Amino acid sequence: MPLMTRKIPTHDASLPAVELENVTVRYDQTVALDQISFRLNRGDRVAVVGPNGAGKSTLFHAIAGVVRPDQGQVRIYGSVPGGHICVGYVPQRKAIDWNFPVTVTDVVMMGRVGKMGFLRWPARHDREAVHAALAEVGMSAFADRQIGELSGGQQQRVFLARALAQEAELLLMDEPLTGLDMPSQEAILTIIDRLHTHGITVMVASHDLNQAGEQFPLLLLLNHRLVAYGPPARVLTTENLMAAYGGQVHVVHTTEGDLLLTDTCCGGGHDLPLPELAHAAPPVVQTVQHETVESMRPPR
Amino acid sequence: MDILHLLTDPLAYGFMVRALLAAIMVGIICPVVGTYMVLKGLSFFGDALAHSILPGVVLTFLFGWPLALGAMISALVAAFLIGVISQRSTLQEDTAIGIVFAGAFALGVAMISTASNYAVDLTHILFGDVLGVSTTDLWVMLVLGLVVLGAIVAFYKEFLVLTFDPVLALVLRLPATALRYLLLGVIALTVVTSLQTVGIALVLAMLVTPAATAQLLTRRLPPMMMVAALLGVFANVTGLYISYYLNIASGPTMVLVSTLIFGLVFLFAPGRGIIWRMTSNGGRSPAGASPTSR
Repeated sequence: MPLMTRKIPTHDASLPAVELENVTVRYDQTVALDQISFRLNRGDRVAVVGPNGAGKSTLFHAIAGVVRPDQGQVRIYGSVPGGHICVGYVPQRKAIDWNFPVTVTDVVMMGRVGKMGFLRWPARHDREAVHAALAEVGMSAFADRQIGELSGGQQQRVFLARALAQEAELLLMDEPLTGLDMPSQEAILTIIDRLHTHGITVMVASHDLNQAGEQFPLLLLLNHRLVAYGPPARVLTTENLMAAYGGQVHVVHTTEGDLLLTDTCCGGGHDLPLPELAHAAPPVVQTVQHETVESMRPPR
Repeated sequence: MDILHLLTDPLAYGFMVRALLAAIMVGIICPVVGTYMVLKGLSFFGDALAHSILPGVVLTFLFGWPLALGAMISALVAAFLIGVISQRSTLQEDTAIGIVFAGAFALGVAMISTASNYAVDLTHILFGDVLGVSTTDLWVMLVLGLVVLGAIVAFYKEFLVLTFDPVLALVLRLPATALRYLLLGVIALTVVTSLQTVGIALVLAMLVTPAATAQLLTRRLPPMMMVAALLGVFANVTGLYISYYLNIASGPTMVLVSTLIFGLVFLFAPGRGIIWRMTSNGGRSPAGASPTSR
């Protein structure tokens, strides 16, 4: 049985870290991803943005090799994702049972399981990898805590450490900043910045367009199909946002420029009718000049 | 000492010694496997599996084959049907489980009713007959039990990943489907092993109750398994003695003791019991809640 000796494809650094070619994923009748094609180089940092249900999680699952595309191909450093164990996945926080009886160390050690092989127990280098990963995210002091005893930001850092212990070279983080306070968000963004210097490619799903545009050099705007991909200034145009958010965005032309109304956050993509927004006391809108959105915050 | 006599007197009977050994073995195996069922939300599946075993048990009983064989075949057929129905239709998995479980159980009862002259005692199959355990039964239990515990130890880290974060199992390229079926197979084997002691209707309590109690008392998986096994053995042995002296059916007594322990821990567990939460919660919130979650 080839169970014990797994063939891990060698990485050709000259090839793109991630390459999608016409990737289509369907669930029953609905199309979750529609002919997505793009390319990431080693060390790129990309925020994947789009409305709720735009297929962000599905995109990550397809790249991680968890979901097989119905059409098209995903390539990680030139080969299909199936053979790679270098893809780290940080799930949405709501996908995890926080009462599960595991400590921080236990969770990070899970990242090593793929490398250990069957019928093996953690060796010294596994424990060292776990210690190093915890140190990297500043969570060493919490090693013996049960995961439910941590704050949201700390929990996110533990899962980051798990991906590091896995020696992931491509990191997929599904809404890692959602629901965190500002200091926690900044701590995680700092860690992501550092990973980039190690040559780790990072994709982060986000629904905070404003933050994504400020913190990431590349944006990928998704609504089942790829609406736009590139630097924030090129992606966050009125036209693109209209295409991605459709009824959730309202553009009003004023004398000062285009006014963009949006409800990006939460709540399953329901429509806020325009009059209601207009009555809201604090300005929830931002002036758009040169068709570039500088800042778009959800209503507080 | 009177207490000593209370404990040793029943052991003068061979059937009580065998019952005690069976109660201890089941008390270890069931809660350890049940830990994964509690954590993965497989309680209903386990209960359904136990009931689906009935036709196989009746059949093997009538033909005089080993009970475990028919039970295993029944369990596999049931698991297969559940998989087919839930994957090949728009029905939810728990609906598929419900249909197969009730259908198989009805088939078993119908078979018993036609074969009543063979003296198949439905109550023994439903609620167990720990006092009727033979030496051969004990050996079968021991072997099956060691297989089950061996699998739990051997695949500890894989089962942990699969239970905690199935997506990670896929990302790490573990054979997730095979591991899932292995875990379900281990559950089926455990049900079969404990059939004689507690019966089809109550085996769920052996699997789930001590494990649930242990989850309230521990913060890591290995201690949770150990505490669950200790509670299982304690409940079964205590239940057996109570049933001997008070002349109550032994399977239900064991389950009642286990349930009582759960109730006490649920109320009084340090940190997680509701009494503790009500009394010592003034001001500080329990650390368990993730403070920033929406």
